[in-house]
Amino acid sequence: MLRSQSLDVELLRKDFPILKRKIHGKRLVYLDNAATTQKPRAVTRAILDLYNKHNANPHRGVHQLSIEATEAFDEGRKKLVSFVNASAFEEIVFTNGATESLNLVRYGWGRRHVKKGDLIVLTLMEHHSNMVPWQLLAAEAGARIEYVGVGPDGLLDDAQFESLMGQAPALVAFTQSSNVLGTINDAARLCSSAHRAGAVTVVDGAQSVPHMPVDVQKMGCDFLAFSGHKMLGPTGIGALYARRSVLEEMDPFQSGGDMIKAVHTSGAVWNDLPYKFEAGTQNVEGVVGLGAAVDYLNALGMDRVRQHERELTAYALEQMKSVPGITVYGPADASARGGIVSFNLGDIHPHDLASILDEEGVAIRSGLHCAQPLHESMGLSATTRASFYVYNSNDDVDALMMALSKARRIFCL
Amino acid sequence: MSSSDIYRELILDYYRNPRNFGKLDPRDIDATDSNPLCGDEVEMQVKVSADNKIEEIKFLGKGCAISQASASMLTELAKGRPLEWVKTLSKEDILKMLGTSDLGPARIKCALLSMKVLKTGVYGYLGAKMDDPIDH
Repeated sequence: MLRSQSLDVELLRKDFPILKRKIHGKRLVYLDNAATTQKPRAVTRAILDLYNKHNANPHRGVHQLSIEATEAFDEGRKKLVSFVNASAFEEIVFTNGATESLNLVRYGWGRRHVKKGDLIVLTLMEHHSNMVPWQLLAAEAGARIEYVGVGPDGLLDDAQFESLMGQAPALVAFTQSSNVLGTINDAARLCSSAHRAGAVTVVDGAQSVPHMPVDVQKMGCDFLAFSGHKMLGPTGIGALYARRSVLEEMDPFQSGGDMIKAVHTSGAVWNDLPYKFEAGTQNVEGVVGLGAAVDYLNALGMDRVRQHERELTAYALEQMKSVPGITVYGPADASARGGIVSFNLGDIHPHDLASILDEEGVAIRSGLHCAQPLHESMGLSATTRASFYVYNSNDDVDALMMALSKARRIFCL
Repeated sequence: MSSSDIYRELILDYYRNPRNFGKLDPRDIDATDSNPLCGDEVEMQVKVSADNKIEEIKFLGKGCAISQASASMLTELAKGRPLEWVKTLSKEDILKMLGTSDLGPARIKCALLSMKVLKTGVYGYLGAKMDDPIDH
């Protein structure tokens, strides 16, 4: 194994029991990390530990276990606050994932602030989860949407973005890192332009927060949505970072227990931030598991995680140059993209390719990756996507290349 | 049998040189469906004879080799048959037509899409309700 400059992959792979699995008799080569990541023992152990030792309903009881469960829950939030460098405890709201985070913004902020005739600016490289909520909001409010295009280099059309900022949008929503092209957008610059135009900014961090250092204060966004399961944590937990001043001007999202301070037959008084946005008994195991994932990533160092993925991506892009008939999408330079490489091979449909790769133990994603408008804008009906994380190595890229050779043989390319 | 064994010369030939690909005009049956997971699309067009047989049949579509080869092979298999025959088509018939015994849960929908479309069209034409679920 070619030793990574940044992470001791051989050592850390031991923390992920699933990586020992055989798939169709072959070594598992897991390259579907943009969909979901595998979990280290530290995460599953933390969840087991909660249930075996501290389980109770947080924020409700005065008994010892409830106090411990509340502490575990609060501890998880503190870890996330520091992970994205939010300025206060109140600025992290737990959700079941990035999708719910974005819907929380739609209902809590959008319904109150987006008015008839307002402009919402999105980009063509958005995941459906950062597009459909705004389409519904626009339809409901009578607002209009403009999409910033993507050039053949996989980069946003900056001139168009700036020109749209001249039209004083109410809301600007964009991804920090594309789940198809891998493109890393300059979120700080985009937020700064949008704010100068008077807009509120929503950043989809589902593909950035797990893979690079993200500092919401440096970025300057109003909202940042991300999911736990894409960063070594469990499914069903995610978060919304929201600037405190924006949170204060929002209506509740879901309603019920825990999000209220007092309820009378005549109405209710909302709870303090962030609890106002967290109705019902919360996903304590999710928060604890995600907290353990954050500890794990911090121990590796997010700078090194980013560097590792950049090295892997550069290696993959280099190897792919020698594959006849391959078309790789997105920026040519690995430093402009996250650990995602989408491509097509000859006339092999991505689903056929995924089946053949699966036979070789190589797990990749095929299809539209929840980004149909992007595919349509590129004239594509589907792509095949390999996406990397901390436990992948050059060996995995080599296994992918071998499997692609087999696919070319089968399809007589 | 491994799932990649399906990609034999025959399937690839039908994928790259689809028989009966195109439009029928006039036509009596026109049905379309897609597979949301894969994005496969198949449209079946049929001209029905006076004695309720498939006189002409063509298909349009895009997608993976399995879905498109299956659609093309099905048009050849169906041509000249009574509409009633379409009602009796099963998953096993399609797998046999493709020359495989199993495709696994991830790809079976690709193989069966064309049968689903043809059945939907035929049942609609006959004004009958489908008595068996065809979405496996």
